[in-house]
Amino acid sequence: MTADPADNRRRRRVESLLRRALPPSSLITDPRARKTFETDGLTAIRELPWLVALPETEAQVLEVLRICRAHDVPVVPRGAGTGLSGGARPSADGLVLGLSKMAEIVEVDLDNLVARVQPGVRNLAISEAVAEHGLYYAPDPSSQIACSIGGNVAENSGGVHCLKYGLTVHNVVGVRLATVDGEVLELGGKVPEGPGYDLLALVMGSEGMLGVVTEVTVRLLPSPPEKRVLLAPFADVGAAADAVGAIIAEGIVPAGLEMMDAPAIRAAEAFVHAGYPSDAAAILLCELDGVAGEVAADLARVTRVLDAHGAGDIRVAESPEDQARLWLGRKAAFPAVGRIAPDYYCMDGTIPRAHLADVLERIGRLAEAHGLAVANVFHAGDGNLHPLILYDANQPGQLEQAEALGARILELCVAVGGTVTGEHGVGVEKLDTMCHQFDAATLAQMHAVKAAFDPDGLLNPGKAVPELARCAELGGMHVHGGRLPFPHLPRF
Amino acid sequence: MRDDVDQAEVLCDAVRRAAAAGEAVRIVGSGSKSSLTAGAAEASRPARLLSVSEHVGIVDYRPEELVVTARAGTRLKTLESVLAGAGQYLPFEPPRLHGGGTVGGAVACGLSGPGRPWRGAVRDAVLGVELVNGRGERLRFGGQVMKNVAGYDLSRLQAGAFGTFGLMLAVSLKVLPVPETEQGRVLALPPADALARCRAWSRRPLPISGLCWADGLLHVRLSGAASAVAAAAGEIGGDDEPDPRFWTGLRDLRLPQLAGPGLWRCVLPPAAPEPLDECLVNWGGAERWWRPRADDARVRAALAAAGGHGRPFDGSFGHRGAGTLAPLERRVSERLRAAFDPERRFNPELTARPEETHAH
Ligand SMILES: Cc1cc2nc3c(=O)[nH]c(=O)nc-3n(C[C@H](O)[C@H](O)[C@H](O)COP(=O)(O)OP(=O)(O)OC[C@H]3O[C@@H](n4cnc5c(N)ncnc54)[C@H](O)[C@@H]3O)c2cc1C
Repeated sequence: MTADPADNRRRRRVESLLRRALPPSSLITDPRARKTFETDGLTAIRELPWLVALPETEAQVLEVLRICRAHDVPVVPRGAGTGLSGGARPSADGLVLGLSKMAEIVEVDLDNLVARVQPGVRNLAISEAVAEHGLYYAPDPSSQIACSIGGNVAENSGGVHCLKYGLTVHNVVGVRLATVDGEVLELGGKVPEGPGYDLLALVMGSEGMLGVVTEVTVRLLPSPPEKRVLLAPFADVGAAADAVGAIIAEGIVPAGLEMMDAPAIRAAEAFVHAGYPSDAAAILLCELDGVAGEVAADLARVTRVLDAHGAGDIRVAESPEDQARLWLGRKAAFPAVGRIAPDYYCMDGTIPRAHLADVLERIGRLAEAHGLAVANVFHAGDGNLHPLILYDANQPGQLEQAEALGARILELCVAVGGTVTGEHGVGVEKLDTMCHQFDAATLAQMHAVKAAFDPDGLLNPGKAVPELARCAELGGMHVHGGRLPFPHLPRF
Repeated sequence: MRDDVDQAEVLCDAVRRAAAAGEAVRIVGSGSKSSLTAGAAEASRPARLLSVSEHVGIVDYRPEELVVTARAGTRLKTLESVLAGAGQYLPFEPPRLHGGGTVGGAVACGLSGPGRPWRGAVRDAVLGVELVNGRGERLRFGGQVMKNVAGYDLSRLQAGAFGTFGLMLAVSLKVLPVPETEQGRVLALPPADALARCRAWSRRPLPISGLCWADGLLHVRLSGAASAVAAAAGEIGGDDEPDPRFWTGLRDLRLPQLAGPGLWRCVLPPAAPEPLDECLVNWGGAERWWRPRADDARVRAALAAAGGHGRPFDGSFGHRGAGTLAPLERRVSERLRAAFDPERRFNPELTARPEETHAH
């Protein structure tokens, strides 16, 4: 309760309306129970929400939104809480709208090759449910056993296989979006495109700022009959990086093409014993899939390119067990790095591949200048870096150093023509670096788009797009004659 | 014509002058698709014609990045021949209507070619857009990298918007290596059987890049590694494609079945059993070119019942959404448009009109 009696009355009123709208187990007011929701995968940032609602149906979602809209309560949508940018960080005076109880697969349509699922369904659960038909859902974030499809839509998540099979935006054909007014916008469906503007594309990666996803229709693909995974060790990071571009230039689009540097290899090896060469400066993991003859031909060509770039002994895994073992080290790399340092901070910039070798070297130098170590394990094929900055939050000043280093790394990504986030989203974490990537007019345009969906800024306030004043203070933005574009627009 | 001319500032100035004078702006590229918006001309207020066709050139292209950035007026022909030189192509296969077309026009009209279900639509390939909005501000969305979730994706939104958010100056597109081989097959089948085959094949990992039924023949296009294509051809059966220009004719909408009045372009769940007669069925069932013998209201009702939608493919085609959008979507679309272009300056006659919006 706050000190303001009018506000207390408002709060009591909202609580009683929500109680009527939801089953008892779907409204959480107890502070200890609310604590579960105070953070997402970016645990350095926490805030205790005022209320948590866990609706079981779309109708309940709509009712909760109407109540919040009528009483000016900020709403923070939440899936599984695995987000890495603080996108689901609660508002202290707001409600967390958790979709975890809406976790049904509504329909598998084998004729149209789509599945309709509720937003709380886990990413991997979709592929598991259709595996018996020889089908799967392609985007596979490393967090796929836990993260929700609603969260994937909100972040436009990628995975190891998105180089060949695309991101969430390429694999979702329909969304039901609850608006802030508690109405449902039906976008796409079983058809490949809608009749109007491509609002579906706009919703992808919109971080819960434009509406709440209450149902998702995903495209199902036939599982490729053949697969090979190969591991190529390199004595030099730059050579490995150059091999990445060379494979693509050769006209091959592998299903996955990942890179790990020495600190990441050693951490992974110590943790899961995947059989990685501990003396390598870098390894590339490359997956090729397709029909039999095609995979064999690609394998020969990739091997040739890797040899030409100075790869050591290349290992090819043929059996599913061996392939799983090769992938194991990569998939366990984040927790593995978590074992060699008390804390790590995961970055997510993307750069044009041509700059890989150069940027990795400059990251190394920046790290040295900041007195910290960095382990690199990332989606090399599409230039999506994940430098893991190792630090110890208990050492005074190290968190600040880590954040400063992170910001320098992202500025570097922007400087070479890249972006501050490839798949983890801006959330609250990258608001400042957004000021480097976009100018004031472009950011103002984004705010105007937000206002077209949510005029009062109640949905996930303070996320994804920085206020112009914030950028101006950082000095990262040129404000002409003291005038910001769109002066009539409220700044959220 | 010179092939590298930067007119961005000239175009921005023209938009700012129109804004100052309170004038509308009609954007044109090379004019190849003017027949899709022609019906709108009478309905609109007088507008200044702004041509992007001299703003041309490939700004950045490094084949190993699989990304190309081109000015909006760049001719598709020019772009595609540069890509071909590096063994690459535009995966969404934009139609060249009347043999022409610009990059900006291809994105604005959002028409995707025969490979769309397997290779993606125009919007799937859009990575970044530079655009002048209704205030004459020059904005940059997205970028030149494959993965980018910084801010709202306002680039893909431009695909199919017919320039109603602003004037595109440049576009960054994802490109792909040209498949090693391509082969066409045909099977003589009645339409319902053809649809059943399409369904069955789509569930199998086959290197299909086109499935189109027209006049009793199911045309199958296979692309990929030679061995994979040969194996698939054996499995699919049928005969060699007799018409070497079938697939480009389909891409450019030049097939005889697509000529003449009364044609609707419809988008449906691929397995939808109806409409089927009087159709050319593309995208394995998801796109149908239909010449219905019924009035518009009945046609729209039939499409809605089948779970899809469609529009006459004539001068009203560019009226994005008019008449077919649910009331809420129409309201949101109007507000979104106003967020870019509050005075409805760009192509004012296109997309849902305010009077229709307010009726709900
Ligand atoms: C170990 C680990 C590995 C990871 N690997 C990857 C990876 O490989 N690729 C990748 O892309 N990401 C990865 N992530 C990040 C994260 O898993 C993804 O961003 C995921 O999509 C988040 O899903 P979630 O359900 O946990 O969403 P949350 O964290 O709950 O929410 C994320 C954002 O989505 C919004 N949101 C959630 N549900 C909805 C909804 N129904 N409607 C509207 N908005 C909603 C929230 O408001 C928030 O802004 C990883 C995370 C971890 C912890």
